[in-house]
Amino acid sequence: MTFDQILFYVFSFWFVASSLAMIFSRNAAKAVLFLILSFFSAASIWILLEAEFLAIILILVYVGAVMVLFLFVIKMLNIDKSTLRAKFTGYLPLGLIVAVIIIAEMTLVLGGNQFGLDVVSAPARHAADYSNITVLAMQLYTTYVYPFELAAVLLLLAIIAAITLVHRNDVSRKKQSISEQVSVQAKDRVRLVSITSPKKENK
Amino acid sequence: MMALWQSFVELMHELIPWFDGSIATILIILIKAMALVMPLMLVVAYFTYAERKVIGYMQLRIGPNRVGPKGWLQPIADALKLMTKEIIFPTKANIYLFLLAPILAIAPAIAVWAVIPFDEGIYVANLDISLLYVLAIGSIGVYGIILAGWASNSKYPLLGALRSASLLVSYEIVIGFAVVTVVMISGSVNLNDIVMAQKGGFWHWYWIPLFPMMIIFFISALVETNRAPFDVVEGESEIVGGTHVEYSGMTFAVFFLAEYANMILMAVLAVILFFGGWHSPFEGVPYMESMFTWVPGIFWLLAKTTFFMFLYLWIRATFPRFRYDQIMRLSWKVFLPWTIVWIFVVALMTQLKIGPWF
Repeated sequence: MTFDQILFYVFSFWFVASSLAMIFSRNAAKAVLFLILSFFSAASIWILLEAEFLAIILILVYVGAVMVLFLFVIKMLNIDKSTLRAKFTGYLPLGLIVAVIIIAEMTLVLGGNQFGLDVVSAPARHAADYSNITVLAMQLYTTYVYPFELAAVLLLLAIIAAITLVHRNDVSRKKQSISEQVSVQAKDRVRLVSITSPKKENK
Repeated sequence: MMALWQSFVELMHELIPWFDGSIATILIILIKAMALVMPLMLVVAYFTYAERKVIGYMQLRIGPNRVGPKGWLQPIADALKLMTKEIIFPTKANIYLFLLAPILAIAPAIAVWAVIPFDEGIYVANLDISLLYVLAIGSIGVYGIILAGWASNSKYPLLGALRSASLLVSYEIVIGFAVVTVVMISGSVNLNDIVMAQKGGFWHWYWIPLFPMMIIFFISALVETNRAPFDVVEGESEIVGGTHVEYSGMTFAVFFLAEYANMILMAVLAVILFFGGWHSPFEGVPYMESMFTWVPGIFWLLAKTTFFMFLYLWIRATFPRFRYDQIMRLSWKVFLPWTIVWIFVVALMTQLKIGPWF
């Protein structure tokens, strides 16, 4: 067994173990933390495959941004565990059927007859000056430029749709104009009134 | 066991060509790592001293002057005090996550330094995607704050963590866009190549063509490192001490170390991306260039970094704290449109071959 094989098995073990821990942990925040660990393991395996750009992007996007928002939402929610468990047995048969179908599909698609070493040869090791990001960019911006642009437009569409769904203009709400606040002057806010003080009668 | 060691040596040899598995080369790697971390910790310690002194003089005070001559031993006394203090755990808090949080804060803050080039050929690791590595590992630091807030089982830390999470994520986007412009005109995500692309006099540095991006990067760096005037995470007047409320002794000190290591990192990054890294400002200037050729490049890098570190203190002593909603507005409605517009400007300029870098 070579050293990178041992690394692969270590990372794979952590990947599977943390994924299982994510599913079985009862605390939603801990589940997210285990999911982060499994993302890290996946990124490590990608680095072993010399796909360092994908690995870094996985950490940057999913660990650095998406999972932060997950934790954010979980902290804001008040999860009632008893209601979650109440209908567990009721949903069990349906869930089992779905799980079996998913497992069957995945073994059909991802099985050894599709991705075995005799079908797809192991990736060749590259020299130290091989640049994964350059190769990826050459493919992405020449051969696959239209699918790439389409994906970008799709994401933009999703952003616009999300904003349109939650944006309500007709509701009157308190709004502040920053430029108005900054350019405010003393005479706009303070009114100096001269009051004639009443004459003191005693003494 | 021997075969395993052999394959480890082979793998390392692929990554580091001069690695031959002898004790000496392993020692060299360890010494390189220590030569980076030990001075960094020392600089962090004396940066806190400098902060108290500089802000003291700006506010017409003297600052710390009791421990040692002119107070020079103050940071060491502080470290000793924090190390000997008791670590108090809040009742019903999750102790594992409570202790994991400071570790998650400091580990990325130090790991990022591995790819920072200090001079031509002086670095711990020369990654092909070092800029992305810095952004990715730097983005993990937010978990330290979020977990600290959550694991403390207390109200103010949770509020501070919620504020910081949304803040850091929004400003990471801004920093990412600002850095994209640098990548566009240097044509590389390797920090070494980015510095080399700025060779030849200060008018070749990227702060001139990317001046708005430089300003945006620096202000976003202030937010990312929770510095005044954007220190809403621990804003004392609003939420007591934010995520640090329940932390005491060494656990608190580790958060402090991480924050200052991040500050110095952001200063170095600003120098590398916009101010020519280790290049001398007198390059290409007649007479001056030959006068300063004996100065090593690392001196210029550290001098420029020190200036940016001083800016942090200057800004802290000058500006009052921003209101939280105004910081969010600044990110999404001011900085983000600016960066996107500037990306288009830079794209046009590189395509039409106009601009000072050609």
